[in-house]
Amino acid sequence: MSTPEPSAAAAAPPRPEPSAAELAARYGLKASGARPRLGRYLADVWRHRHFIDAFARARASAKYSRANLGRLWEVGTPLLNAAVYYLIFGLLLQTDRGVEDFVPFLVTGVFVFTFTQATVLAGVRAVSGNLGLIRALHFPRASLPIALAVVQVRQMAVTMGVLLVIVMATGQVPQWNWLLALPALLLQSLFNTGLALAFARLGAKVSDLAQLMPFVMRTWMYASGVMYSIAVMAAHAPAAVRVLLDLNPAALYIDLMRFALIDSFTAADLPPYAWGTASAWAAAVLVAGFVYFWKAEESYGRD
Amino acid sequence: MAATEGSTATASPAAPREAGPGEPGAPTVIVDDLHVVYRVRGAAGRAGGGGPAALLRALTRRKGAGAREVHAVRGVSFTARRGEAIGLIGSNGSGKSTLLRAIAGLLPPESGRVYTDGQPSLLGVNAALMNDLSGERNVVLGCLAMGMAPAEVRERYDGIVDFSGINDKGDFISLPMRTYSSGMAARLRFAIAAARDHDVLLIDEALATGDRAFRRRSEKRIKELREKAGTVFLVSHSNKSIRDTCDRAVWLERGELVMDGPAGEVVDAYEASTAD
Repeated sequence: MSTPEPSAAAAAPPRPEPSAAELAARYGLKASGARPRLGRYLADVWRHRHFIDAFARARASAKYSRANLGRLWEVGTPLLNAAVYYLIFGLLLQTDRGVEDFVPFLVTGVFVFTFTQATVLAGVRAVSGNLGLIRALHFPRASLPIALAVVQVRQMAVTMGVLLVIVMATGQVPQWNWLLALPALLLQSLFNTGLALAFARLGAKVSDLAQLMPFVMRTWMYASGVMYSIAVMAAHAPAAVRVLLDLNPAALYIDLMRFALIDSFTAADLPPYAWGTASAWAAAVLVAGFVYFWKAEESYGRD
Repeated sequence: MAATEGSTATASPAAPREAGPGEPGAPTVIVDDLHVVYRVRGAAGRAGGGGPAALLRALTRRKGAGAREVHAVRGVSFTARRGEAIGLIGSNGSGKSTLLRAIAGLLPPESGRVYTDGQPSLLGVNAALMNDLSGERNVVLGCLAMGMAPAEVRERYDGIVDFSGINDKGDFISLPMRTYSSGMAARLRFAIAAARDHDVLLIDEALATGDRAFRRRSEKRIKELREKAGTVFLVSHSNKSIRDTCDRAVWLERGELVMDGPAGEVVDAYEASTAD
């Protein structure tokens, strides 16, 4: 048999074959690589919650596994971060104009913004940094950005411990009001997760985004009143600019945290409808981010 | 599952009873006139081409700027059924791996369709898991990613490690996967993927990396999967392993289907054509 001819499959004896599509429909076969419907996808993500949890733990422990001090850096990184910002903005540039209790004001701003910043930067690489896993195993890809957002939520829990210590060391006294930090963090976590999902899709398609995002995030930080009071700086700005600054979600989450922890930061310092706007941002960005990520589900890991 | 569906009235008397969904013989993968075209970006690739060229590409947003098209699979059609182990053979670059990736849904078809029962799992040599994590963590994460419950993972963990043979020469499972040899990593990946029953399992050369004892274990596992009425595809350059593990073989050359039939016959014909 030196000149082979195509022969029929042994398992398929000659008979009038139904078309491939008919056969597929009869046996409930689906087009390969098709995206599941949104409801099923959500259920699938929920079914993978143990994977999300384990992946988040693994990533968190791997992060500092090559450093001698290991997970001590979970406390050390925010502390050093706070020290650097205090040195530059508190001592050198003195942006503390019109701000009482500048140290807790600044440190709260830095920590809360870092929470969003780190989540977005992790999200950008959620798909592009895990192609091996994506190509090897099948699971809902949204698990990855969600897990990386969970890593940052857990880091934020540690950071909050550091923050509370700093806030108390600067003379604030613990009170029931501090519990408002919890809803503020919850809203910000949902907001961050939505952002991580959206940027995971963008980062999967645009490989240069990972290089660009640190600059975008830094710009956003400078516009968010981390190291200065928006109310003081923008006192004479046009009303439209004022409204835009007040709608900035990062500034909102920062101000809500300051409102919860710092005595001299009162409801009068909050933008109007702060809780409502912060909730709306969280819900809208989470839903939009999830749907946006899901829309490209079948394309992740493809060449 | 529901009872067998009535076969077509014109079915020849010799035809076996048509299999119902889920039974051995029911189709699990239907490849219908499949064409796959790769677009390879400019010879310098994604990162290179010099800054200016890359910038120009990015700005003009021309997807195919300088891209070459490689028509890797050309009009392949076949139907795979439950209980079959199908070997894919052909020379290097004949489109075997591309076909597997298309069946797995990782490459979009240019035209034609691939229908599958459930989500096929592709097991390739290059499919790295998480290199900075220990083998232990990779096993747990891999199983959870495949949708197992934590209790099930605990139950199967020892079996997976034994199957992979990673701990045969000391406690390697607690070391990061980046310290593994390529053979060890491939064995662990196969052991993880094989821990679950798959409707369709696609194996790309993964077995070639193991030693004899591991090969024997994996051949046994492939047989088990077939007996549980799954379908296994195997790409291998070892004609012997195709003969030993597969009952059917598909021969591809330049992206076209040359021959499809019982493994022995197809491998004979392939060997005859490459003998000179």
